[in-house]
Amino acid sequence: MLHLVLFLVFGAICVAGAINLLAQSHPISSALSLVVVMASLAVEYLLLGAEFVAAVQVIVYAGAVMVLFVFVIMLLNAGEEERTKGSHVALILGVPGVLAGGLLVAWVLIERSGTQTVALGALPGFPKAIGNLLFHEFLLPFEVTSILVLIAIMGAVVLASSPETKAPGKES
Amino acid sequence: MSSFEVFIVASIVKIVLVILVLLTAVAYTVWLERKIVGHMQNRWGPSRVGPFGLLQPLADGAKFLLKEDLTPPHVYKPLFIAAPMIAVVCALTSISVIPFGTSIPILGHAIPMQITDINIGLLLILGVTSVGVYGVALAGWSSNSKYSLLGGLRASAQMISYEICLGLSLVGVLIVSGSFSLREIVQSQSGHFWGFLPKWNILHGGQLLGFFIYLMAAYAETNRIPFDLPEAETELVAGYHTEYSAMKFAMFFMAEYANMITVACLATLLFLGGWGGPIFGPPVLQAILPTFWFVAKVFVFLFVYIWVRGTLPRFRYDQLMAFGWKFLFPLAVANLVVTALLVALFGTSRG
Repeated sequence: MLHLVLFLVFGAICVAGAINLLAQSHPISSALSLVVVMASLAVEYLLLGAEFVAAVQVIVYAGAVMVLFVFVIMLLNAGEEERTKGSHVALILGVPGVLAGGLLVAWVLIERSGTQTVALGALPGFPKAIGNLLFHEFLLPFEVTSILVLIAIMGAVVLASSPETKAPGKES
Repeated sequence: MSSFEVFIVASIVKIVLVILVLLTAVAYTVWLERKIVGHMQNRWGPSRVGPFGLLQPLADGAKFLLKEDLTPPHVYKPLFIAAPMIAVVCALTSISVIPFGTSIPILGHAIPMQITDINIGLLLILGVTSVGVYGVALAGWSSNSKYSLLGGLRASAQMISYEICLGLSLVGVLIVSGSFSLREIVQSQSGHFWGFLPKWNILHGGQLLGFFIYLMAAYAETNRIPFDLPEAETELVAGYHTEYSAMKFAMFFMAEYANMITVACLATLLFLGGWGGPIFGPPVLQAILPTFWFVAKVFVFLFVYIWVRGTLPRFRYDQLMAFGWKFLFPLAVANLVVTALLVALFGTSRG
């Protein structure tokens, strides 16, 4: 019972954070709403029993990725975005329409698909078990993912390098 | 009383006690630093307010409470007010998983000397430290001042760079101990080898290099000399807390010293054997001695912190970042590889 209440509360916080992200006009407020979303996702993982994933979600997503987002927003000195007058018709038809569509999709998925919902606390994610899986059965995907990240780093270094270090013949 | 009620009551009492002790420790760490740095600089330090200046923290606290709390114009108010709160909350939260000693039997129940023993304790501390960077970054940005912004960005870039080396030095300890739970890591360091040398991770666990990497990364994480350029007075006025006054500045101050104490407690638990030490005497003394040894080791670590502060000059910012990424990070990875090799050859402390 307490698990269900916590799940609903943190699910609501997650959705509220996501909606706030869209509704805010200042990018910093949007970025901080995204941090709230990440943190509530971490709590949801914890409720499922995946403690290691929850901790890593906070460390990596909320604590590193979002910090860099916030850095970029600060360095670019992004101000409040200007709000143009939106269409009233779009608001009156759109919001109920999206809600109805979302409920329809959710109903179809729950009734018609063959999957079960997961019981809370059903997926214990002990770090030892995750480590075993990562280094035995999923070793190849693990190593290939690190090469993927290396490629991303190299791309970032190339993109951020100054123009005169580009290949000759490409300078404008 | 059922065990659930005992748990609730014991937790509330422990939380209140730990917060009180921690805040007092923070205040008196400031006193300790001023005294030690004063004596190293051949002067007295605080000596007028009370005997040996011991009431100085009280005077400082009263000053902070009574000072005018300025909010400069054009600051981004929500974040300006929230940033010191984020810093303090994160600094005080990580103390909740730190064990101070073994269980104490009170009224027939064995109460562990730890607010909560979760089996990802170490990851929680890393996560809370990562979130604490927001306090600094948002303080610098919301203050609407060039010095604050530069100081805030530099401080947060420094903190996230050295978080990596901090984490890597801890992974060496994890490989040797085999658990994320802080209590189990300390318990794997109990006992002696070669007759009299204690089985601390710094000696028996082969983490001497790891300890020094942790030391340097911790100095950079807590923005202390020699890594305190982001808040040095001669460089950036006061960096990210330039525009803060009175209680908000006191919150940043408290957060810095609480971080120092947390880092010292972690070093004691992971490298110096936690609460291990000779146990002797009547049962009352035996119940308290582990905590006494723990506090003594934390005190030694804090003394080294303050000693380094009084001795070394500060790094320039580019030297600081180059040191973190080009020297300390490869060294931490090498430490990890060598530790893993030794554990694969000789087995962990637990067999």
